[in-house]
Amino acid sequence: MADIPVQAFTPVTTEHRHFRAVLIGISVFFMVILLFAPLATIFATALSDGWKAAAEGISSPDALSAIRLTLTVAAIAVPLNIIFGIAAAWAIAKFDFRGKAFLITLIDLPFSVSPVVAGLALVLLFGSHGAFGTWLIAHDLKIVFAFPGILLATLFITFPFVARELIPVMIEQGRAEEEAALTLGASGWRVFRSVTLPNIRWALLYGVLLANARAMGEFGAVAVISGKIRGETTTMPIMIEMLYNEYLSVAAFSLASLLAALALVTLALKSLLEWRFAGQLAATRRH
Amino acid sequence: MYRTVKTGTHVLAQGTFVRRHGDGRIEINLGDRHVIGLPVDADDGTGQGNVITRLFGTGYWRGGLFAVLATLGLGFSFPHDAAAQEELLNVSYDPTREFYREYNELFNDWWEAQGHAPVTLRQSHGGSGGQARAVIDGLEATVVTLALSADISAIAERTGKIPEDWQSRLPHNSSPYTSTIVFLVREGNPKGIKDWDDLVRDDVEVITPNPKTSGGARWNFMAGWAWALKEYGGDEEKARAYMAELYGNVPVLDTGARGATNTFTQRGLGDVLLAWENEAFLALAEQGEDNFDIVVPSVSMLAEPPVTLVDGNITSDAQREAAEAYLEHLYSPEAQALAVKNFYRAWDDSAASEEDIARFPDVERLSIDEFGGWAKVQPAFFGDGGIFDQIYGG
Repeated sequence: MADIPVQAFTPVTTEHRHFRAVLIGISVFFMVILLFAPLATIFATALSDGWKAAAEGISSPDALSAIRLTLTVAAIAVPLNIIFGIAAAWAIAKFDFRGKAFLITLIDLPFSVSPVVAGLALVLLFGSHGAFGTWLIAHDLKIVFAFPGILLATLFITFPFVARELIPVMIEQGRAEEEAALTLGASGWRVFRSVTLPNIRWALLYGVLLANARAMGEFGAVAVISGKIRGETTTMPIMIEMLYNEYLSVAAFSLASLLAALALVTLALKSLLEWRFAGQLAATRRH
Repeated sequence: MYRTVKTGTHVLAQGTFVRRHGDGRIEINLGDRHVIGLPVDADDGTGQGNVITRLFGTGYWRGGLFAVLATLGLGFSFPHDAAAQEELLNVSYDPTREFYREYNELFNDWWEAQGHAPVTLRQSHGGSGGQARAVIDGLEATVVTLALSADISAIAERTGKIPEDWQSRLPHNSSPYTSTIVFLVREGNPKGIKDWDDLVRDDVEVITPNPKTSGGARWNFMAGWAWALKEYGGDEEKARAYMAELYGNVPVLDTGARGATNTFTQRGLGDVLLAWENEAFLALAEQGEDNFDIVVPSVSMLAEPPVTLVDGNITSDAQREAAEAYLEHLYSPEAQALAVKNFYRAWDDSAASEEDIARFPDVERLSIDEFGGWAKVQPAFFGDGGIFDQIYGG
């Protein structure tokens, strides 16, 4: 013990106290203005006529159907994106092939394309005057202005979220562990289950949460393709806009609060998991 | 005052009352001809509007008649036996939300009283042009109730789902209710806006939606155009210059009428909103009479928002019957009163309350026919490279 040299204590920051106060003040100011104030307004407006009015706003048949539709779309879109995201990230991170850069660009496409353009593209493709329109009508298949169209639009928009979270993590981890497992005689599936999946699970969870939040909140692409039929093809974000336009502010903001609350629950879930598995998380981050 | 008559199960007419015949039928004047038919009265309760009901009185008789016809194999679909509920999708434009919410209830009550199974009525609202676009792209509207005939004609032309002569299928150019364009200004009219010439002043900001997507915006444009032509003695160049100046005062073009109303009333932008009269009244009712005033200009348009059946999307005879009844019942005194209550100018106000009728100020309303009808106006003014394109940002 005695041979450890004694070091003088130095504070982490050397800036002047006032300077630090100003910097912190600026961050807090923007946090309050940009994040807290809007959120508080939504809840305050929703509750402006009391709990009962807010509950009625959420429990009208149209609102309930919007909630059901949004949750159903998310429940289908997110698992599909998990499968796609893992497959794409696996291919990109663990294998070399021609056109890899092109595939990465393709995955990023939904990030760079405006959602409205995405929605319109789907309408042009599957609408009655679109490329597949005649065939779809002949077979009595409804895509646009119906559930499949909304699902397609949501899938397109949430496409990159899981893959984009996984690719950097998987590239960073390299393929050494997988190769070791293979030389020890593990099957492909075993390698994935016992080596790859445990390594990526935190990135995967984060990707899933982001994809879910976007799937529930997407407005632009879905608005173009929904047809806005009340109680049928209106998702929560679209219903919120409709209620607001009908001067039903309390109902609109009640539904908005619910949507915000769903997002907050996802965030809370993520924090809880991070806290609960803090040790394992630190271990994975060692890479 | 207009009266409504039925001359068959599916032929409706509205005109001024001429005389009452001995058998209970009445004669009305349609302008170019007289029509005799059974009156559709507000006070005769449910059922009397339907000729069969009137002839046979009770449900027992009606059921018997249908049973006999069915046995004879005349192929009548018997509504009582319809296992699946008929569905109608009404694709409409922005400001009709409140009206159709109430009308759908009224219709279903009446329809059930006629001995039919209730129909599932679904609604879709948006900017009129955008809604027409959605129907063209495959939105399966059973009926369309849009802001102007050009939008319905666009559906007819591009899809063939509506016959060319659709506008003559129902009375009054298929427009069960009409409106006009008025100014909505802030309380006390601080900028002293009285007529169209005030809109081009430097200190006035005008809010109006985009005529490319909004039906109301096209009526707004034509109302301003009508005033300018009158003011400058028919000089089109001067009217054009006036419209260019007017749109130079527009800070933002929303896509639909309701969006523009919200921009003006809730976001607080602009000094004057060019609005449907019904939209302006609704804003007063919803946002407080103390916040805004309505100013009626010296000249405005007779805005006729038409309705029609989308024949190509009809899947069964029962659905067609319900859809036709849905549109025709819009002309019944009860529905007309509901339109008046929702701030539309209706034709037959026999069932409307005095108070509701008294709200509408007199205004000189020009018909779109004075400019050649929408078939001519639409491409010339709002088509690609049309007058609007030339004056706005051109």
